[in-house]
Amino acid sequence: MKDTEEQIATTVETPKTIRISGAEAVMLSLIQEGVDTIFGYPGGAIMPIYDALMNYPDKLHHILTRHEQGAVHAAQGYARVTGKTGVCMATSGPGATNLITGITDAMIDSTPLVCITGQVGSPLLGTDAFQETDVIGISMPVTKWNYLITRQEEIPEIMAQAFFIAGSGRPGPVVIDIAKNAQFGELNFKYKRCHSLRSYIPKPKIEMGDIYAAADLINKAKKPYILAGQGIILGGAEEEFREFVEKSGIPAAWTILGACALPKDHPLNVGMLGMHGNYSTNIKTNECDLLIGVGMRFDDRVTGDLSRYARQAKIIHLEIDKAELNKVIRADVPVHGDVKDSLPLLTNLIEKRSHEDWLQEFKEADKVEYEKVIQKDLHPVKPGMTMGEVIHIINEKTDGDAIFVTDVGQNQMFASRYCKFKNKRSFVTSGGLGTMGFGLPAAHGAKIGAPDKQVILFVGDGGLQMTIQELGTINQTQAAVKIVLLNNKYLGMVRQWQQMFFDRRYSETFLLNPDFIKVAEGFGLQGKKVVERPQLDAAIQEMLDHQGPYLLEVSIEKEDNVFPMVPTGASVSEVILEQKK
Amino acid sequence: MAKMNNNNGKNNGKQTFTISAFSENHIGLLNRITIIFTRRQVNIESLTVSGSAIPGIHKFTIVVNDTLEKVEKVVNQIEKLVEVLRAFYHTEDEIVQQEIALYKVPTTALMESNKVEETIRKHHARILEVTPEFTVIEMTGHKEETQELFDELNEYGLLQFTRSGRIAITKSNREIFANYMQEAGKNSVKYA
Repeated sequence: MKDTEEQIATTVETPKTIRISGAEAVMLSLIQEGVDTIFGYPGGAIMPIYDALMNYPDKLHHILTRHEQGAVHAAQGYARVTGKTGVCMATSGPGATNLITGITDAMIDSTPLVCITGQVGSPLLGTDAFQETDVIGISMPVTKWNYLITRQEEIPEIMAQAFFIAGSGRPGPVVIDIAKNAQFGELNFKYKRCHSLRSYIPKPKIEMGDIYAAADLINKAKKPYILAGQGIILGGAEEEFREFVEKSGIPAAWTILGACALPKDHPLNVGMLGMHGNYSTNIKTNECDLLIGVGMRFDDRVTGDLSRYARQAKIIHLEIDKAELNKVIRADVPVHGDVKDSLPLLTNLIEKRSHEDWLQEFKEADKVEYEKVIQKDLHPVKPGMTMGEVIHIINEKTDGDAIFVTDVGQNQMFASRYCKFKNKRSFVTSGGLGTMGFGLPAAHGAKIGAPDKQVILFVGDGGLQMTIQELGTINQTQAAVKIVLLNNKYLGMVRQWQQMFFDRRYSETFLLNPDFIKVAEGFGLQGKKVVERPQLDAAIQEMLDHQGPYLLEVSIEKEDNVFPMVPTGASVSEVILEQKK
Repeated sequence: MAKMNNNNGKNNGKQTFTISAFSENHIGLLNRITIIFTRRQVNIESLTVSGSAIPGIHKFTIVVNDTLEKVEKVVNQIEKLVEVLRAFYHTEDEIVQQEIALYKVPTTALMESNKVEETIRKHHARILEVTPEFTVIEMTGHKEETQELFDELNEYGLLQFTRSGRIAITKSNREIFANYMQEAGKNSVKYA
């Protein structure tokens, strides 16, 4: 088998047909697609594939997670930092159903994944066989595409299509379910990568008329405003975006997944949008005369009450996914296409401008936010430690040269607000689905994908316990993930809502937690707990300097809240800056 | 999605739309399409799936009663599916449509008087099969027309009844989709 492997993997297309098993064909297909890392968990229906995996120890690095959810989130973290398609594998039935949360997360956050699941032999399909689940049926609403392979001859073509579909256009997860008989059976294998499908247009041609119309609106606008989304990052259009922003002189805010589209310290980067975004970015939405959405989808967490969202403004929407155009916000000029293509065309046609007075308005609002919120978060004078000050020290020490990963909740909001994003693809978070338990496995996948980068996870005590078993995986790989556990002994975000909107009725949000340091030690990881501010700085330094994975637990003030806040159903003009006394 | 009507104004009222989608003939695609309706809570009035004029390409004809805004979004979502080539929506005045219905009545009802015969003649229905026990009648027409015959035959002890989903053809000269197939390739940039 060694001979055939070398023979095949060195060329883009297989030079000649060889006779191998379906399981071998899956491995060779992965190699042909440039895959070198797989996250997964074996089981009965995928055993032939795992057996074939052993023949490629130099080419395919498999990471055994402790739960299939850990595998899919790790593949997501890997995909988000590398820009490559993440690959995970699981067995049929419970193995496959355990992937569903991560697949759903990848769907809503447009993360390219190929998930390979084993399936019972095709004669057993539909008979309620042991560990048989209709994975195609279950995953249909949450995949970009899925396919059940029942004959081994289908493997090369379907694998090629899977990678093409997952990674092109608006990326997303693909599930390939492979019946056990197709893994065992032999086929004549020849691989050809897929570059087009007649029913699928991943890169639409830009209509120049739309570009002219958009440029005209931009050149006439007095208070234009850019909203940057993940489409810029997915399209690899960070440079094109920066050129557009700099020539137009237009202030640019970003959605949570659009963090890193523009460096945080860029003079035209005015901050984050959304429920816990910045003050200026939200209120200015209802004061601009032109809104330019770039590769984003006007999520409800960004828009607040739609009937009071940017009604005064003309709207330009640059977006690759046609179904997103006019879905939530009716655009005056929709520009259908990859922003990598449309932005340079637009930059070409716009006048070089600066909008100093308008930018100054953002700065005035920033002063209000600094005084009411940021100062207290980053430089607290009260005895209890804040999530903000932990992040602030890490910013100082790393200068933003790190990959930041978050779980979901308060830790996520503080991290997205305060992390000093400097590099491309340096923020990994579960945006659309808000999946608690995402953080730890995603950070692990990120570190595997970017081994030379400092990878820092911010996670709460609730979210960490949802996938805490992945500490075992991390111990096995020794990937140097730096876990910052921000422990406030509560499900902090839910508690904040209970405090603000449910009259402080803390229904089921208090957690009696384990000794996390002992748990980490039990999994073979070093760690330290900090309970007082004077020890914080040195403890963070120790964590950053540590060679292997490390858990730093910080005791956080129990009833701290994230502000500013646009409450559900409110307009983006109605920003709450502080807790009512 | 091609906008097939000139009704650019916002229509908040519900009306009947006929959605047509052209797709590859793959297992599970019907499910993927119906999920889109389920998710947006749009009820399907009728659904017909069959091979189209183009070999290898299937045509879905789906009738819904909803707002233009919702139908536009549903059609966009259908067209987004990887295996769907194009999807369109049409208002009632843009298409010629037809349904077929089958009726089974006891043959005795025809023997006892000539009323059933008169009804059949009046509706331009035709008889497909006669046995000593039952007679099968076929009628094509709009839903209201086949319903009218149903109501009338029901008085004579209708034994069975079935109605097909709608099929439709656009009033534009050629199949819009055929134009698309000719143009295909010109509209897309090859992915590299």
